Amino acid sequence: MLRIHCPYCREVREEEEFGYAGEAYIARPAAPEEVDDAVWGDYVFHRKNPRGWHWEQWQHVAGCRKVFVVKRHTVTYEIAGSWTLAEGKALYLSEEQS
Amino acid sequence: MSGYRIHRKGERIQRQKPLSFIFDNVRYNAFAGDTLASALLANGVRLIGRSFKYGRPRGIVGFGAEEPNALIQLETGAHTVPDLKATQVELYQGLVAASTTGYPSLDFDYKGLLGKLGRFMPPGFYYKTFMEPVNAWPFYEKYIRKAAGYGRAPVEADPESYDHLHHHVDVLVVGGGAAGLWAATLAGRAGLKTLLVDEQAEAGGWLLTDRRSRIDGLEPTEWLAERLAELDSLPNVSVLTRTTAFALHDGNLVQALELVQDHLPLTERNAALPRQRLHKIRSHQLVLATGAIERPLVFGYNDVPGVMTVAAGHSYLNRYGVAVGREVLLQTQNDAAYDAAFDLAASGVKVTVADARCDGPARWRQDALSRAGIQLLSGHGIARVLGDKTVNGVELVRLDGQRNAATGKGPRLNVDTVLSSGGLTSTVHLFCHNGGRPVWRDDRLSFVCPDEGRDNIACVGAITGRWELDEALAQTHQACLGFLQKAGRATGFLAPKVNGDAISAPRAIFRLPDGKPEGRGAKAFVDYQNDVAAADIHLAVRENYRSVEHVKRYTALGFGTDQGKLSNINGFAIAAEALGKPIAEVGTTTYRPAYTPVTFGALAGAHVGDTFEPRRYTAMQASHDARQAEYETVGQWMRPWYFPKAGEDLHAAVNRECLATRNSVGVMDASTLGKIDVKGPDAREFLNRIYSNAWSKLDPGKCRYGLMLDENGMVMDDGVTACIADDHFHMTTTTGGAARVYSWLERWHQTEWPELKVRFTTTTDHWATVAVVGPNSRKVLQKLCGDINFDPEAFKFMDWRPGTVAGLPARVFRISFSGELAYEINVDANYGRYIWEEVMKAGAEFDITPYGTESMHVLRAEKGFIIVGQDTDGSMSPIDLAMGWAVGMKKPFSFLGKRSLSRSHTGGEGRKQLVGLMPLDAATVLAEGAQILNNTDDTVPAAMQGHVTSSYHSAFLGRSIAMAVLKDGSKREGDTVQVWAHGKSVPAKVVSSVFVDKEGVRQHA
Ligand SMILES: [Zn+2]
Repeated sequence: MLRIHCPYCREVREEEEFGYAGEAYIARPAAPEEVDDAVWGDYVFHRKNPRGWHWEQWQHVAGCRKVFVVKRHTVTYEIAGSWTLAEGKALYLSEEQS
Repeated sequence: MSGYRIHRKGERIQRQKPLSFIFDNVRYNAFAGDTLASALLANGVRLIGRSFKYGRPRGIVGFGAEEPNALIQLETGAHTVPDLKATQVELYQGLVAASTTGYPSLDFDYKGLLGKLGRFMPPGFYYKTFMEPVNAWPFYEKYIRKAAGYGRAPVEADPESYDHLHHHVDVLVVGGGAAGLWAATLAGRAGLKTLLVDEQAEAGGWLLTDRRSRIDGLEPTEWLAERLAELDSLPNVSVLTRTTAFALHDGNLVQALELVQDHLPLTERNAALPRQRLHKIRSHQLVLATGAIERPLVFGYNDVPGVMTVAAGHSYLNRYGVAVGREVLLQTQNDAAYDAAFDLAASGVKVTVADARCDGPARWRQDALSRAGIQLLSGHGIARVLGDKTVNGVELVRLDGQRNAATGKGPRLNVDTVLSSGGLTSTVHLFCHNGGRPVWRDDRLSFVCPDEGRDNIACVGAITGRWELDEALAQTHQACLGFLQKAGRATGFLAPKVNGDAISAPRAIFRLPDGKPEGRGAKAFVDYQNDVAAADIHLAVRENYRSVEHVKRYTALGFGTDQGKLSNINGFAIAAEALGKPIAEVGTTTYRPAYTPVTFGALAGAHVGDTFEPRRYTAMQASHDARQAEYETVGQWMRPWYFPKAGEDLHAAVNRECLATRNSVGVMDASTLGKIDVKGPDAREFLNRIYSNAWSKLDPGKCRYGLMLDENGMVMDDGVTACIADDHFHMTTTTGGAARVYSWLERWHQTEWPELKVRFTTTTDHWATVAVVGPNSRKVLQKLCGDINFDPEAFKFMDWRPGTVAGLPARVFRISFSGELAYEINVDANYGRYIWEEVMKAGAEFDITPYGTESMHVLRAEKGFIIVGQDTDGSMSPIDLAMGWAVGMKKPFSFLGKRSLSRSHTGGEGRKQLVGLMPLDAATVLAEGAQILNNTDDTVPAAMQGHVTSSYHSAFLGRSIAMAVLKDGSKREGDTVQVWAHGKSVPAKVVSSVFVDKEGVRQHA
């Protein structure tokens, strides 16, 4: 069972207060009609599923109901941190580039 | 006479409290403080069970959680518990226990005969012997099952209760032996909130058996008493005994099972307390002081009752005042086992020691042996044990000083008991439950936990391979100062001083050789519970199982309720020898929770019966109860299913309810429908994106049915949404989908379109909703409401009006889930019962009829209206449902799922599509879930064309109807298909799914 820090409530709470909401920062194609089936299929179905650090969305469903991002290790379940969507994005992008 | 009671100074039983108990229908005497095992041994009972595969006689081997053989059935009837270890059952007055094995009886066992005559059943025996011919397996299985297995599961409901308790502490110490006690003492003195759990009735671990050590000048039990008194005096420290930490999860979450009342007679248990309690413990710092378990050596016929571990024989003597035999051979390869030899000899037992080491033990021990008159046979090992149901002798061999091989015959000894020690095995289970790896230490001859532990997990004492008490406490002290320092706490404590005695190194030997090739000599058991012998492991390796995980699965090594606590290292070592690899390289199998078995009752806790899940009732429940409603569960909701009148069954009631509704007026509680208030300047744009329909032109006062798709283009929910104002909508969802849809809206808004100004509020519980349905519904509404014009032209189908109904502010929606003229009245939920009763009164002159979910299903199926989740399953697009009319392909924003509708797969041929089915026999109601075939040929594999999703008898049509999904169904109207279920198929015609009023005249009336 994880302990997760909600960046809105600013408290560490038990996992059962939260709902998992999938990989974070998946960009929805801006003009879906202009992309081919392969690109659209990639967006709908393909996920990174890494063995290691994973940026993922969680929703504080039994709390403030906000969606935020958590960077979690899929092997050790260690949590490196949690951020609002906007705060996390800069960090996420800088990691993606390096 | 084998075991017997003797007085022993420092024993932990209470002689002043005699007890009696029954085992296998015989009454015995014992004392408070005994375990069932110690009591049986004291009474000379050795034969406790029969082995799993061969039916060999088996007795008690250990004295705790490691016990593989002595599985018993405790108590009878509703209180019965199968497969408890006799070594862990605390005795109470009147306890009733029985052996779990032996067919037809423990003394004469049919498998025992098989084991002798058949000579051997190798690993994979069942696969190899019974798998051909394939169709004979069920026949074999029937008889094998009868002879196999251990205890019997209870068949009556459990009369006792269980609960869960959560803890958040600074330090959790697992294990109340010397190391754990010292760790808790230090953490407690440093002011940390500390919890110590120990699995036994009394904390102390090996201190309860040990008579040699002196700690700060005190005897082990004196030091124990001092520790417990100090811990008791510290307000920040709690100690839980009878509490087994059985699992370690992420974030230092430990689950521990406390046996709150298992040690009390059934008649003395307090019904206000749970029988057992599951503790869920979060700690910042976890200290694992789980100690070590002595493993036996592997030798011929080492399973004859009367063969035990040295630690067991020693503990029965010192803790319970039970001598396990009169003439004992103690077989060892290490020094520690000698303590038992001295204590037994001092108690009048005739002891002979065989030491696998040619040089024997440390000098001082050899001197002490001569003084005590104990014969020492250095460089000797047991070739085989003599006897059947009890030991009556041993044959020894002389061992080579270097290789683990026999060099010649040794003496034959007439002993009644054999104790063996192959050294200690660290109890690394918890450490490994969530990813920790133990390391092999050649100097310790065990897999042990690393000294440094892991993040926030300290490993102290014997778990790290510190077998000697002085080393163990010194290491514990250092490790604890480490985490105290990290926590910024005081560290100026002195370590306890322990006498350190010289020891000779143990011999790396696990299987004692008998001079014969493996498999030719006497069977030597590694895993008693699963009847795995050393030869079986060799055979598995010869059959090319190379990984220890595969060897384990093929032989069943370590699979029992004891989880291989005695057998694993011996098994790994024998596999390593057969593979020609070092043990470190062979490695261990995976340790998984639970460390010891946990009852289902404890896992469930209070989540049983009425407290299993919350039940939600609408505000109209009292009215429904008064009308004898039968309820059905929809998610957490309890919805009226049907309203039977005297003598009616479901079908009679539903037929009556449906006809009354279609012919006059019916009424239904629709309050459970999910309701979400959507508000904000961008509410309309948001709906355009989230629904497949267009919302731009929906004016205030109008309603629209909407389909919600996922990004894969598949229908995930549906419902009617009303426009309250230009920036305000009242959305409804399916009853079961309300929470999911609410999250769905929030997530899209927060993650993808945060720029849209819109807010969502769940209002399901805020409104009470009554659906008034049928040709006379308008007249009922007109009687209740004077300020809404119900003229068909003024208040059209799919309009809504605010007004005053029965004196209450209300929203009235003219919508229909039955195809009839219908209105839904929404009022403040606090008036739920009132509005229901007012509608009933107003409708009385039209014989208004309440109906439940079953009639609702029939009425909507007659119109071909889908229920998401029943007629759809996440693979149905709006096109598959022939609902293309609800898809606004011209909307500017590419709404959720739109792009997927034109994917090659979603837009292609061969998709399953919604159709209606009419069985050719109008009286046959098809089975929901039945498979559709094109013809009567149902030879497997039959080409399945689809399945029935909804099926009912329609009283209105006087025949059966069904909805189904069928491959390319939209093109198959008029075909006859075969509907297959329960071994037979019936013909049905493919028709439109709208069975009643295709033109929609009734709902527009
Ligand atoms: Zn929050």
